[in-house]
Amino acid sequence: MAIETRERPRVSDEPQREPQLGAHLVLQALVREGVEVIFGYPGGAILPVYDALPYYPIHHVLVRHEQSAAFAADGYARATGKVGVCMATSGPGATNLVTGIANAMMDSIPIVAITGQVSQSVIGMDAFQETDITGITLPITKYNMVIRSVDEIGPAIQKAFYLARTGRPGPVLIDIPKDVQLAKGYLAPRQELHLPGYRPTIVPHRRQIRRAAELIRQAKRPLILAGHGIIISGATEELVRFAERTQIPVGLTLLGISGFPASHPLCLGMVGMHGHAHANRAIHEADLIIGIGMRFDDRVTGRPSEFAPNAKIIHIDIDPAEIGKVLKTEVPVVGDAREALRLLLEELEPLEHDDWISQIRSWYRPIRTEPSGPDGVLQPQYVIARLHALTEGKAIVTTDVGQHQMWTAQLYRCDIPKQWISSGGLGAMGFGVPSAMGAAIGRPEAEVWAVVGDGGVQMTLNEFATIVDEQLNVKVAIINNGYLGMVRQWQQLFHNRNYSETPISSPDYVLLGQAYRMPACRVTRPGEVDEAIQWARSFRGPALIEFVVNQEENVYPMIPSGGSFRDMIDDTQVEGEW
Amino acid sequence: MTVRSHTLVVLVEDKPGVMNRIVSLFRQRGFNIDSIAVGHSETPGLSRITLVAQGDDRKIEQLVKQLYKILEVIKISDVTDENPIQRELALIKVTATERNRSDIIRLVTDVYQARIVDATPDSLVIEVTGPPEKVDSLITMVRSYGIKEIARSGVIAMARGARVVAPTAQPVVA
Ligand SMILES: Cc1cc2nc3c(=O)[nH]c(=O)nc-3n(C[C@H](O)[C@H](O)[C@H](O)COP(=O)(O)OP(=O)(O)OC[C@H]3O[C@@H](n4cnc5c(N)ncnc54)[C@H](O)[C@@H]3O)c2cc1C
Ligand SMILES: Cc1ncc(C[n+]2csc(CCOP(=O)(O)OP(=O)(O)O)c2C)c(N)n1
Ligand SMILES: [Mg+2]
Repeated sequence: MAIETRERPRVSDEPQREPQLGAHLVLQALVREGVEVIFGYPGGAILPVYDALPYYPIHHVLVRHEQSAAFAADGYARATGKVGVCMATSGPGATNLVTGIANAMMDSIPIVAITGQVSQSVIGMDAFQETDITGITLPITKYNMVIRSVDEIGPAIQKAFYLARTGRPGPVLIDIPKDVQLAKGYLAPRQELHLPGYRPTIVPHRRQIRRAAELIRQAKRPLILAGHGIIISGATEELVRFAERTQIPVGLTLLGISGFPASHPLCLGMVGMHGHAHANRAIHEADLIIGIGMRFDDRVTGRPSEFAPNAKIIHIDIDPAEIGKVLKTEVPVVGDAREALRLLLEELEPLEHDDWISQIRSWYRPIRTEPSGPDGVLQPQYVIARLHALTEGKAIVTTDVGQHQMWTAQLYRCDIPKQWISSGGLGAMGFGVPSAMGAAIGRPEAEVWAVVGDGGVQMTLNEFATIVDEQLNVKVAIINNGYLGMVRQWQQLFHNRNYSETPISSPDYVLLGQAYRMPACRVTRPGEVDEAIQWARSFRGPALIEFVVNQEENVYPMIPSGGSFRDMIDDTQVEGEW
Repeated sequence: MTVRSHTLVVLVEDKPGVMNRIVSLFRQRGFNIDSIAVGHSETPGLSRITLVAQGDDRKIEQLVKQLYKILEVIKISDVTDENPIQRELALIKVTATERNRSDIIRLVTDVYQARIVDATPDSLVIEVTGPPEKVDSLITMVRSYGIKEIARSGVIAMARGARVVAPTAQPVVA
C-alpha cells in the first residue's frame, strides 16, 4: 500500500485549515527558518520527509556518505555564517553523521542534523535500524531532542535553529520518529521560546572592561590572541580598530585565521604547535595576553604551566566555562567578542608599543618556500605559496588534516573572514572535500580550493561524484607525499623513524578524475605548478590536481606536544634537513 | 588549592533526559560525585538536586560552569560555606538476636534519636535521618551486630535563615 504524502505544501504563518502530515510540517518549519539547502541521504525512517521534499524550495544535495553530509553542512556554515543542515535516516544513517557532529561541536559550528527514527511503538524494541542517536550524540551536541508528537514539530525546529546559532554556536540534533512524520497536525506559528536555562551573556560587564583597559594601559609587551570567536561574532573590523588604536600585535589560532587580515602589519600569523616562531616567541616574552574568542587549546598553549610565563591574562569569551578552564585569568570578560571590543574601544586612548613591535619583527623568519628540495623534487610549501599568489589570496580554502593543513595555515595568508575552513579541535581527516562542497554551495560565486592530503582525500573520494553532479566550483589540490605525513613526522621525530603503517598508496588520481568525469592533472615538477593552477582556474566547475611532492618533508617550526616555547624545533636544528 | 567536599543545590527543569545529561557530564569531564539526591522543588516543573562533590575550588567552579551549559539547568548554588542544614535518610537492616535486640534498640533510639521501623525475630530495620556524619556514625556503631543491608537517600541541603535558592533572573524569551 502506498503511503499518501503528496499534498500541496503551504509555508506561511497563516493558520492552516487542513491538518497536514508531519513530514510536510518538518519541511515547512525548515523553510520558515530560512533553510535553502539540505545535505542528506535517504532511508526508510526518514522516507516521508523525502517524499514531501520535492514540493519545497529546498535544494537537496545527495552526498555519498552521511559523514560528508555533516561535514558539508559544517563547511556551508563556516563559509556563510548561516546554520547548515544535514539529514539522514535512522540507524546507520544517523551513526554515520556522528564524526561530523563531533567536529561541529569541537569547533562551535552551527549545524542542525535531522535524523529519522523508528516509530515510537517500536522504540526500545531493537527494531530494524533503531539506534539511540540522541543517547549517542548527547556529549557531542549543544542540544538534542526527540520530537514525540506532530504538534512539537514547529517549536522544536525553531528551538533547534535558535540554539545552534546563538551564544556559543554548536550542533543540534533532532530525531523524528516515523509515526510523527506520518501523523497529521498543524504547524504552530513561530512563537517566543521559553528557555529559562539559556541566557548567553552578550554585552560584557563594564567593570571587567574597565579592569581590562587598565591592564592594557599598563602593559609594555601586550599581545592579542585572536580566535574563531572573532569570525563567529563578525568582529574583524572592531579587532582591526582595536589593534591599530592600541598598537598591539595579533597572533591567530588555527581557527582564528581570516579573522584578522594576514597582510596587516600587526598580524603575526598563526601561534601554537606549528605557529610561526616569532609569534610563539612573542607569547613567551609578552607581559599581557588578551585572548579573544579562543579557548587556549593545548595545541596553542603546549604545557600550560610554561605558556606565556611572564604574562597576565585577559580572556574574552562568550562561554564562561572557557574562562579559567586552562589558565589562571586576571580579567575574565564574558560576552560577545564584538561587543567587548566596542566597549574596550570606548575606554582606550591610542597607545604605542614601537619597541615591542620591532623586537618581534627582529625575530621573524619566513617559512621556507623554495620550489624544490636538494634532489630537485617539488616542495609542498611552494605549491601553497603559489596557490596563494595565483588566487591573490582570495579563494575560499578548505583543508583536510595533516601536514598540508599546517603548510596551508602558514602560507595561504587569508585577509577575508570566512575564507578559511579547517577542522581544528577534532582534526577529522576526510573533512577537506565535503566541507569544500558545503562552502561552494553556500557561496556559489566563490572559487573554492580543497587542499587535501593523499591519506585524507582517500577517506572521502566518493564525494567527487557529488561535486560533479552539482558541478561545484571546487578545485581539489591533493598534496601527495605518499605518507600519512603528519604521523610519519611524529614517527621520525619521536619514534626513531619507525614508519609503522604510514606509507600509503594512492590510486591514479588522473584516471580517477576521468572515472568521475572530473578534469584532472598531475604535477611533479616545480615548473608545472603555475600552469596547473592557472588551468584549474580557467574554467568554472570541478577540477583536480595531484601534486606529487617531497615525501619526507616536515612541518616547522614545531613545539612538540606538551612542550613549551623552549622546546621548539625548527628546520635548522634537524639532522639531514636542508 | 585544597580539595574538600562541596554541597551544590541545582534547580533543573523537570524534563525527560535531564538527569542523563547531568550524569553524562560528570562521566565525560571526570568529576567525582559522592552523593546526588533529586526531588520536586516548591515550583511546579522544577526539580531540586543536591550534589556533594569533592574538588578544589577551581575544579568545582568548572563543574558549576559546565552544569550551567545544560539547557535545563536553571540555577546552581554552592552552599558549602554557608553552614547549610544537611540531611540524609538511611534505612539500615541489622541482624538482631534475642540477646542483643534491646541493646540495639536503646542505642538507636536513645543516642541517635532514630527509629525502629520493622522487626522480625532475627532482624531490625532502623530509620535514621540527620546530617550525613550522624548517619555514618550510627552505621559504624551497629556494624558489629551485623549489617544486612543499607539504603541511603543521599544528602539534601537547605540554607539557614531567610536565604533561598530559587530561580532569580527573569526567564528570557527568544
Ligand atoms: C594537525 C593539527 C595541528 C594543529 N596545530 C595548531 C597550531 O599550531 N596552532 C593552533 O592555534 N591550533 C592548532 N590546531 C587547532 C587546535 O586544535 C584548535 O582547534 C584551535 O587552536 C582552536 O582555535 P580557537 O580556540 O580559536 O577556536 P574554537 O575551538 O572554535 O574556540 C572558539 C572560542 O570562541 C568562543 N566564542 C564563540 N563565539 C564567540 C563570540 N561571539 N564572542 C566571543 N567568543 C566566542 C567559544 O566559546 C570558544 O571558546 C591544530 C589542529 C590540528 C588538527
Ligand atoms: C579520521 C582520522 N584518523 C586518523 C587521524 C590521525 N592523523 C592525523 S594527520 C594524519 C595523516 C594525514 O595524512 P595525509 O592526509 O596524507 O596528510 P599529510 O599529513 O601527509 O599532509 C593522520 C593519520 C586523524 N586526524 N583523523
Ligand atoms: Mg600524505
